[in-house]
Amino acid sequence: MTSNAATMNGAIGDASLWSRLMSGQAGPVTVVLIALFVIWYVGAVFMNAPTQIDRYNRAGETWTTTRLIEDTLAQERPILPAPHQVAQEMYKTIFATSITSKRSLVYHTWVTLSSTLLGFVIGTALGIFLAVGIVHVVTLEKSLMPWVISSQTIPILAIAPMIVVVLGAIGLKGLMPKAIISTYLCFFPVTISMVKGMRSPQVIQLDLMRTYNASKWQTFWSLRLPSAMPYLFASLKVAIAISLVGAIVGELPTGAQAGLGARLLAGSYYGQTIQIWSALLTAALVAAIMVVMVGWCERRVLARMGVRG
Amino acid sequence: MTLKAVVNNVAQMPASADAVVDIQKLSLTFQTADGPVYALSDVDLKIERGEFVSFIGPSGCGKTTLLRVIADLEKATGGDISINGVSPQEARENRAYGYVFQAPALLPWRSIERNVTLPLEIMEISREERIKRGHEALKLVELNGFEKKFPWQLSGGMQQRASIARALSFDADLLLMDEPFGALDEIVRDHLNEQLLKLWARTNKTVAFVTHSIPEAVYLSTKIVVMSPRPGRIIDVIKTDFPKDRGLDIRETPEFLEVAHRVREGLRAGHSYDE
Repeated sequence: MTSNAATMNGAIGDASLWSRLMSGQAGPVTVVLIALFVIWYVGAVFMNAPTQIDRYNRAGETWTTTRLIEDTLAQERPILPAPHQVAQEMYKTIFATSITSKRSLVYHTWVTLSSTLLGFVIGTALGIFLAVGIVHVVTLEKSLMPWVISSQTIPILAIAPMIVVVLGAIGLKGLMPKAIISTYLCFFPVTISMVKGMRSPQVIQLDLMRTYNASKWQTFWSLRLPSAMPYLFASLKVAIAISLVGAIVGELPTGAQAGLGARLLAGSYYGQTIQIWSALLTAALVAAIMVVMVGWCERRVLARMGVRG
Repeated sequence: MTLKAVVNNVAQMPASADAVVDIQKLSLTFQTADGPVYALSDVDLKIERGEFVSFIGPSGCGKTTLLRVIADLEKATGGDISINGVSPQEARENRAYGYVFQAPALLPWRSIERNVTLPLEIMEISREERIKRGHEALKLVELNGFEKKFPWQLSGGMQQRASIARALSFDADLLLMDEPFGALDEIVRDHLNEQLLKLWARTNKTVAFVTHSIPEAVYLSTKIVVMSPRPGRIIDVIKTDFPKDRGLDIRETPEFLEVAHRVREGLRAGHSYDE
């Protein structure tokens, strides 16, 4: 035990540079990223090797391990594309293509993003509106809450085509049906957290408002809404991410011509795995950026509300 | 000064028309799943204008409940109660009283100034007037200079002073205080008691003050209401006439100790600790 401790102490002493690197956020994130790339490359080689070997055999070629690895990482339609292939595709379709072109990923991202943001705004408004009703009117709590919860038990993949078809029949096409699918997904976390947040004031604080003879409306503005702010932002981070999922899902059943969902669908029709992966990664990147932006707004608002740190 | 001069039984005093709080045969029963709980039973009490009345008794004696009935935060189930001649609900709607809770209950997202002026905002008073009255209220509790601070930047005692300033900001004549210094240490509590007494002497407000500390009750009050639990009832009302500008040192005087003794006797008679 003592010798063990001594060795560990020595190891820590030697690794002071290492521990300094790991103390921030950048160090650990980089390590995880490197590990992911390694797993990805190794995976790509193993996943793509059988088809590659098959190809060598049919052509009657002889092959070495080095050549096999090189070829598995450069296939046109690999089962699992290598990271650099996806990166090249993303560079080509994001930076090297005019953004008005139908081949530009920026164009497709914008199509999906616009309905994501519209759905997010409508969903957040709807979510807050429902929560305000549920908190203030007992009848609404009893009648609405079960429906709010059961609405989320229906798989979105099942209901999305129905929404698109029904709205299409009344003349709503393009942006709106997708935005409504996003709304359908993202109002839920907002409602649930806002109900909780607006009920978070302590009894003593509500009593205080009562001693001032404050109206429900004044209590809402001065007490319930500010109390709910941290809850609201936590739910907005979830809402904006699933809003993007909703918009992509909304593009799938219609065979939409544009959007990240359409890219995914087209990619799977033609076995363009590189295209699928680059659309997937772009979606992930967009979601991450949006969540970071909501977090930034959260810090600004909470700092103005005098929250510590 | 003899004890007789200091202590009078209020029951023999003639009723005054100037009563701020007039309570007759008041009772309050909570209906719970385990059967009724008799929180208050047969309470008779008058609080005159300018009095400082303390309610003292063991926990569960209904002293906080009584204060909450006066404030219209609870409804009595029997008897009569009037505040300034009207029902508690009307009095609350007229903003007849300022209430100080056991905890400061400051809103953490508002600066001290905006916390103190919150009631004025609710009453839709103009911004300039709010700021002016906020300053005055903060000066009364010696917190001027802390307007822009947030509650977490203040100590517990300062937070409670801010909450008193908030109750004073709209200048109600009646101040209801529910164990406001209960959570503070003794040194801070002594200091705040002294300040509160000065404030009361200067503003001529009527104060109803709930406490479970005998020295605090005797030091602050012109009238001490001793209560006992199960059911909550008044068992003794003791009038004192210490000078208005008394200092903390009166607590060493024989008169003070006599009153404290009578309060303790009352508490002992009304409460068996074997229960």
